[in-house]
Amino acid sequence: MRVQFKSSYDHDINLFQDNRHRIQYGILILLAIAAPFVLPEYFVGELTQIAIWSLAGLGLMLLVGHTGQVSLGHAAFMAIGAFANMALMERGWPFIPALIASAVITGVAGAVLARPLLRMTGIYLAIATLALSVIIEDIAIIAEPVTGGVSGVIAPMIELFGYEIDRYGTPTAFYYLCLGVLLLVTLMYANLLRSPSGRAFLAVRDSEVSARALGVNVANTKTLAFTLSCAITGLAGALYAHMAQVVNYESFLILISITLLLQVVIGGLGSMHGAFLGAIVVVLLPQVIATLRDLVNAHTPIALGDYPGMDMAAFALIILVMVIYEPRGLYGVWLKVRTWFQLFPLYRKGMFRRSRTYLKTERMR
Amino acid sequence: MDVLQLLISGIANGCIYGLLALGFVLIYKASEAVNFAQGDMLMLGAFLGITFINTGYADLPFLMGLVCAAVVLGVFGYLLERFVLRGIFGQPQFAMVILTIALGFLIRFFAGTVWGHNPMSLETPFTGQVLRFGGLIIPMVDAVIIGATVLLTTVLYFFFARTRLGVAMQASSQNQMAAYYMGIPVKRVNAIVWALAGVVAAIAGVLFAAKGAVEPSVGLLFGIKAFAAAVIGGLGSLPGALVGGLLVGIVEPFAGRYLPSGFGQVAPYVLMLAVLILRPGGLFAQVSQKKV
Repeated sequence: MRVQFKSSYDHDINLFQDNRHRIQYGILILLAIAAPFVLPEYFVGELTQIAIWSLAGLGLMLLVGHTGQVSLGHAAFMAIGAFANMALMERGWPFIPALIASAVITGVAGAVLARPLLRMTGIYLAIATLALSVIIEDIAIIAEPVTGGVSGVIAPMIELFGYEIDRYGTPTAFYYLCLGVLLLVTLMYANLLRSPSGRAFLAVRDSEVSARALGVNVANTKTLAFTLSCAITGLAGALYAHMAQVVNYESFLILISITLLLQVVIGGLGSMHGAFLGAIVVVLLPQVIATLRDLVNAHTPIALGDYPGMDMAAFALIILVMVIYEPRGLYGVWLKVRTWFQLFPLYRKGMFRRSRTYLKTERMR
Repeated sequence: MDVLQLLISGIANGCIYGLLALGFVLIYKASEAVNFAQGDMLMLGAFLGITFINTGYADLPFLMGLVCAAVVLGVFGYLLERFVLRGIFGQPQFAMVILTIALGFLIRFFAGTVWGHNPMSLETPFTGQVLRFGGLIIPMVDAVIIGATVLLTTVLYFFFARTRLGVAMQASSQNQMAAYYMGIPVKRVNAIVWALAGVVAAIAGVLFAAKGAVEPSVGLLFGIKAFAAAVIGGLGSLPGALVGGLLVGIVEPFAGRYLPSGFGQVAPYVLMLAVLILRPGGLFAQVSQKKV
């Protein structure tokens, strides 16, 4: 059991607790950089997907996990980011300004929508954002000059410092590009959470009334969270567009919004790690299922290929079990395991017991 | 005349939205949870109806089949609450949202496995029949749907207002702890509500299948539209759900007819967003300022 000796107040909000912590994350980054040299090319594609979905997950995590506002419509903001990026690059913008601009455009769109949307709370907000996600499909068809209508747009080649980056031609370069963006955003996110704004997000999540009493401007804080969340998601959307190569109205169906929310939940709400863990599950689960299917087909007479939609069902089943038994997600599991080892013989069963809240309506007569 | 014709088909569609919205409202009224799987329960009800009624399957008379489907889905709803949803009793509302979304996926997978992914439709004694009033042509199906909806809403309204169980449900939705102290078996009441929602979903599903084809994925989008309906009416109000359903049902064909293509499908959601922004609790709002 390690004891942290704190010699200054800064210690509590430092990015890294101690050198050991720093080394752990350094090794993780080195592994991520080394991965393309070790793994076959196919897995580089998977890693790229994980990076992109982690980015989208981070965007949603900021809103759902850290500010407590549920959104079921974040695919809409991925779409805005993607189409903005494509449209700007078609008009001759270089990649990096276009990427930043797409984040800004998505952020502005989010900020405009945030004021009316965030008047709602809880379930109403979830439903309103769900509607947003449905509407965006039709808007993508209507706004033909920008989005290419039904047929969609094809992603142009990325040119960066004289290199041509292409998802198929140079998968490794594209992976590094996504990884770089992801690292930058993660660093910004981690720093944001240490700042007064980040603390305000957490305060609003835990209790709006007490946040207000402590002098937090709740409406502004929520709007800021929504804006930043949309901007990050827009970045993910832009990268996703370059990965998918072709985007049209069907690329950002409502199912993506829902999956994104489920991804964040499965990873663990309220922790940045959760966004990454969730992305790993979402991207790798279909692979695992496919492998299992081949195994079952080879050894038993059951032909699992006859049941389409299996990976979605397995995903739903995991969610179901997770929500009932481990609402803090995969990160919660990790937390428990880590605590068990840290406290080795002293771990008790009730250490992570959740308190129950019984319903008291907000509808009043 | 043209307008009237559109109006009637809109009302009939709206009734199904309204029925589905009733299912949402039932559960919301009794446990303040929102069932995101309600659309998929409707789809399941439709397939059960087809299984019980169509020739080549169980071949029961229409009403008999409807009752069977309602009973099966009612039992399903009860068991669902008893064995799955009770696991998160006492957890925040958000957990229920996630759980029911996941359940929706599972129900869809189940239906796809059992009934396949091809559209199927229901054979009814009144398929193809029409009623004529002057120049107005009303398909019999639409008339049946409208009648059934009015009947069901009335029954449910009096159930909540007058019966002991109905009042108990309202009480447990307002304050679970206080209701429990007053001797209301809150958990059992919750289970009964889910059974009731299953019954309503089955009826809506059978009517839906009588009007058009069903396939496993129909529940999701239909459910979202019914959500819009429930939200427009105000999630806690039974008449509101019906009014919301009718509004959505009527707006849809008119927007499709008179607005440029593409805008028609968006109209119900725009209506919902407008209502939500102007009256965040819906038209028949029951939400008042939270006091601390």
